[in-house]
Amino acid sequence: MTLALVLEQLLNGVQFGLMLFLMSAGLTLVFGVMGLINLAHGSLYMIGAFLCAAVAGATGNFWLGLLAGIAAAAAAGALIEVVVIRRLYDRDHLDQVLATFALILILSEGVRMIFGPFPLYLNVPDLFRGTVRLGIVDYSLYRLALIGFGLAVALGLWLLIAKTRLGIRIRAGESDREMIAALGVNIRALYTVVFALGAALAGLAGALVGAIQSVQVGMGEPVLILAFVVIVIGGIGSIKGAMVGALLVGVIDTMGRFLLPRAFALFLDTSQAMGVGAALASMLIYLLMALILIFRPKGLFPAHG
Amino acid sequence: MDSARREWLLNSALALALFVVPLWAWIAGEPFIITLATRVAILAIAAVGLNIALGLGGMVSFGHALYLGIGGYVAGIAAHHAFNGTPVLGLPGTNQMLPVWAIAMLVSGGVAAVVGALSLRTSGIFFIMITLAFAQMGFFFALSWPAYGGEDGLPIFMRNQFPGMNTNRPWDLFLIAYAVLMAALLVFALLRAARFGAALMAIRQNPDRAAAVGISPFGIRLTAFILSGMITGLAGAMMADLTRFVSPAMMAWTMSGELIVIIILGGVGRLFGPVAGAAILVGFEVFFGGVTEHWKLWLGLVLLAVVLFARGGLIGLIAGRARHG
Repeated sequence: MTLALVLEQLLNGVQFGLMLFLMSAGLTLVFGVMGLINLAHGSLYMIGAFLCAAVAGATGNFWLGLLAGIAAAAAAGALIEVVVIRRLYDRDHLDQVLATFALILILSEGVRMIFGPFPLYLNVPDLFRGTVRLGIVDYSLYRLALIGFGLAVALGLWLLIAKTRLGIRIRAGESDREMIAALGVNIRALYTVVFALGAALAGLAGALVGAIQSVQVGMGEPVLILAFVVIVIGGIGSIKGAMVGALLVGVIDTMGRFLLPRAFALFLDTSQAMGVGAALASMLIYLLMALILIFRPKGLFPAHG
Repeated sequence: MDSARREWLLNSALALALFVVPLWAWIAGEPFIITLATRVAILAIAAVGLNIALGLGGMVSFGHALYLGIGGYVAGIAAHHAFNGTPVLGLPGTNQMLPVWAIAMLVSGGVAAVVGALSLRTSGIFFIMITLAFAQMGFFFALSWPAYGGEDGLPIFMRNQFPGMNTNRPWDLFLIAYAVLMAALLVFALLRAARFGAALMAIRQNPDRAAAVGISPFGIRLTAFILSGMITGLAGAMMADLTRFVSPAMMAWTMSGELIVIIILGGVGRLFGPVAGAAILVGFEVFFGGVTEHWKLWLGLVLLAVVLFARGGLIGLIAGRARHG
């Protein structure tokens, strides 16, 4: 095991964490502002990936595909907010879970009807093909670009929330929705905008990750569950918490899968160590989440402290 | 006709239909329909378990597939060792249903005790998420643990036996599942009518008031959660025997979602809600699954409509709303 390998895995962890952040940011905003659990967030990720792959495949241009993916996810988000989600804001969590579970069924089958049952493939854009030398490690240029992209979007999101009028309204909506409605803010329109913003971020993540994974129906659900782990660890409603949680989950998951089998190999025989290590590694982040909830039931950075 | 009487009539009709349809299939020689009815009965048992936590106790567990899977793996592992003639934890394997059921309930009850004790420290969305996290741990453990098949799952070559029955005959297996379902429903009805059920429902409606009159919310909720896990675990062992196969998919989060869906389609907290819901779900899968490969789209639309517009489920629709919250 060389230092270069460890470094590469660490970078992979950070890259994975930043993509999780894009997913989690929308989820945590929607929960923070509207108090809604949205299981269908993973479907928006899937829509982003499918539209990106389809448009990039048809035009040969990744960037057009990326724009199409983001736009389609945002449009789908705005549509389901107006048609379905809006009716769920004053329902209990059970109704929200069920209605958005129903949306997953509808959107997954809808995508399967339109794009067929086979996975689509999305190529890495030419600009980011190949590897780049970082000190002692040759690292995939595209993954490095994803890290840069993730950081840039995080910065943009922070500026949006901290510095713009829309951001002020979003934060005001989180702390007291009746009050800002009374002050003349169109709260229904604000909710639609926040939901579409979260959807666009999910679509962006789906499109970006689509180039290093196969684009298929059901790709959103594993990421959705991880994004829930992230926002629960970070504290629901907190963007900062989502960032910290996403990086923790990304790095711990990646490093656990890499290191635990090797650690067990020190005192077990190899095949046994692989089994035990892999089993423990895949449970690690859920263990982390359970521990954090037990000791800090509202997460690391509770939004409504 | 008042709503309690209508619900009683509907329940009797459901219990009768679930018996008469496979009976007809048995006479007509349609084993496929008997197996479907068995599936409905077993899914209903699992949902009766969840209905104790969710319907009576208001605990939205999004991880009950964990207990289903634990029960399934207990049956699968016991049969695996019985088939190979190797011991497991110093005990011989078994191919008898009764000891398998007992162990499945014991193990899933034990896991539910740990999960419940930790999860009940939280509430609301955090409870939903932490129960999901525990189920995911089980799912990934089963997926990556190679000893019992890992992601390929574990086949059961010989179905477990029941004294006096030939479990390889669909009709015998159905009778066993039906009898267990009736027993589970009886347990649910007795619990609901007892002081324990009253306390549990009081805690669901207002934990502070319940505490003020001297009911300890934690102990009552935890007991209900354990019972709930045990019944779902029993259903898991039976499900494994029906399909003669156990795989991590039994613990997948979509399975937890399906169990909640069954309860919602039938009617939350209603005695026969799980039976109605399981029948609707399986019926939907078979009927629309034969018509279109996109039947899940229609299931999603129906579920959405039930959540948005018909919150009492099927039983609520026919028998009227429950008398209290």
